[in-house]
Amino acid sequence: MSTETLTEATRADVCVAAVADCFRGDGEIIGSPMGAVPTIGARLARATFEPDLMLSNGESYFFEGDARLGARPDEFAVVGWIPYRQVLDVLASGRRHVMMGPVQIDAHGNANISAIGDWAKPKRQVLGSRGGPGNTINHTTSYWIPKHSARVLTPKVDMVSCVGYDRAAAVGSAGRFHEVRRVVTNLCVLDFETEAKVMRLRSLHPGVTVEEVVEATGFELVIPAEVPTSRVPSDEELRIVRDVLDPRGMRLREVPA
Amino acid sequence: MADKRMTPDQVVAQLSDGMTVGIGGWGSRRKPMALVRAILRSDLKDLTVVSYGGPDVGLLARAGKASKLVYAFVSLDSIPLEPNFRHVRENGLVEAVEYDEGMFLTGLRAAAQRLPFLPTRAGLGSDILKVSPHLKTIESPYGDETLVAMPALNLDVALIHANVADERGNAALTGPDQFMDDLFCLAAEKAYVSAERIVPSEELLKAAGCVHTLTVHRYMTHGVVEAPNGAHFTECPPEYGRDEAFQKAYVTAAADPEAWAAFERRFLKVESEAAYQAAVEEFKKETAK
Repeated sequence: MSTETLTEATRADVCVAAVADCFRGDGEIIGSPMGAVPTIGARLARATFEPDLMLSNGESYFFEGDARLGARPDEFAVVGWIPYRQVLDVLASGRRHVMMGPVQIDAHGNANISAIGDWAKPKRQVLGSRGGPGNTINHTTSYWIPKHSARVLTPKVDMVSCVGYDRAAAVGSAGRFHEVRRVVTNLCVLDFETEAKVMRLRSLHPGVTVEEVVEATGFELVIPAEVPTSRVPSDEELRIVRDVLDPRGMRLREVPA
Repeated sequence: MADKRMTPDQVVAQLSDGMTVGIGGWGSRRKPMALVRAILRSDLKDLTVVSYGGPDVGLLARAGKASKLVYAFVSLDSIPLEPNFRHVRENGLVEAVEYDEGMFLTGLRAAAQRLPFLPTRAGLGSDILKVSPHLKTIESPYGDETLVAMPALNLDVALIHANVADERGNAALTGPDQFMDDLFCLAAEKAYVSAERIVPSEELLKAAGCVHTLTVHRYMTHGVVEAPNGAHFTECPPEYGRDEAFQKAYVTAAADPEAWAAFERRFLKVESEAAYQAAVEEFKKETAK
């Protein structure tokens, strides 16, 4: 592979690096990514700047080393047993950062993974609230949205499965562990680093304009006077993603080139 | 010494209309499907099904056996959305109670410990409390903190599937995750365990492989059923993985009323578990061609 090809990062690669950056500074806690790009991103963070992050294969096994997406337990060093019951206990201790994929999210970071429409008789039933309520009230949460659209980034979510900043502020001291850190989409990175704790455009992926993001967002974003460009992964990061973590290119199924 | 061996139909004969039935496993993983199928063959109705839901929930609701579902999610794992669960929810055919996964666990623990509730942070600030107005919060008696008082998930009956058991109702869960199966048993008045095989007590530890897998104890269980391939089409590691081809056929059929009627005739409206397993063998031969 020539150097020239290597430096040509795809949009999916930029998303992977943006996801990795969400876990920056987390240290020795559990990273729980849901979906291909989040999983590759979390593994990239551990392979580079966040070596203490603990990762499972998504099914009961903590492992060390840089495992490719979909690797079986006999392909990596298993160092711990983390069945669902223990996940649910540990998450209440706060030592976890989850990245979930919502079907709807609002400006405060309230998110829906349960059902679209009236919950009592939904237009579209999806998963149910899963661990969303407990995750968001207990520890850091980020979100991954592979198709940024006004249907997903919406003024009001139909069911608050995952708690946003306004809701967390309203529950008193029990809300003190709440943090929605980032929302990474196929267009940009968003955060809540504003006084009112509402969603802000943090960076635009290379080639994306502010207008595109505004057009595809169903509520008003806080947009700084100058919006930075999302970083392009380094050659070393690209090598790890392409050769080690995702040789089959599963990230491109979530974010087509 | 009690020999608790039963057939799936004998287990179902212990159930009655309107009961609250907890089902072990998780999603499309190690579900007591042979027992679920026996319920589908019965006249039972108006059940409340409490489950980390997979096809158990979808099947019982679509067949009209369950009129109320208590869940945190219903999923087929490799196929995220459960089509029959979607069908009954989107058509308003069942009463639904949705909890967070951790709230659900807390509710099982409360029931297992004979407590009316246990406190948890999970649920606070979310719409779970809005769609379930029966949920109440409680002030900490030790400080300034309001928490959810998660009510006990008391069960009339629990149904679980194990890898191996003895005839007295001890059982091993030897796969990578034991889920909440022991808690389901403790939360229930009566619990029934199906198992891939039943071995003499003297051989149970050897068959289980490790003492840590022997988490289902006979004081928890009231009946044990030998049901080889009894979790089909869900996975039952290390014995077998999920039957992905069959699960796909299930999902495809559920999307169309005629195809679903044909699927029911072929696989569910059959006289016995043995007839189901024979139909599955036939399906495998067809798809292998």
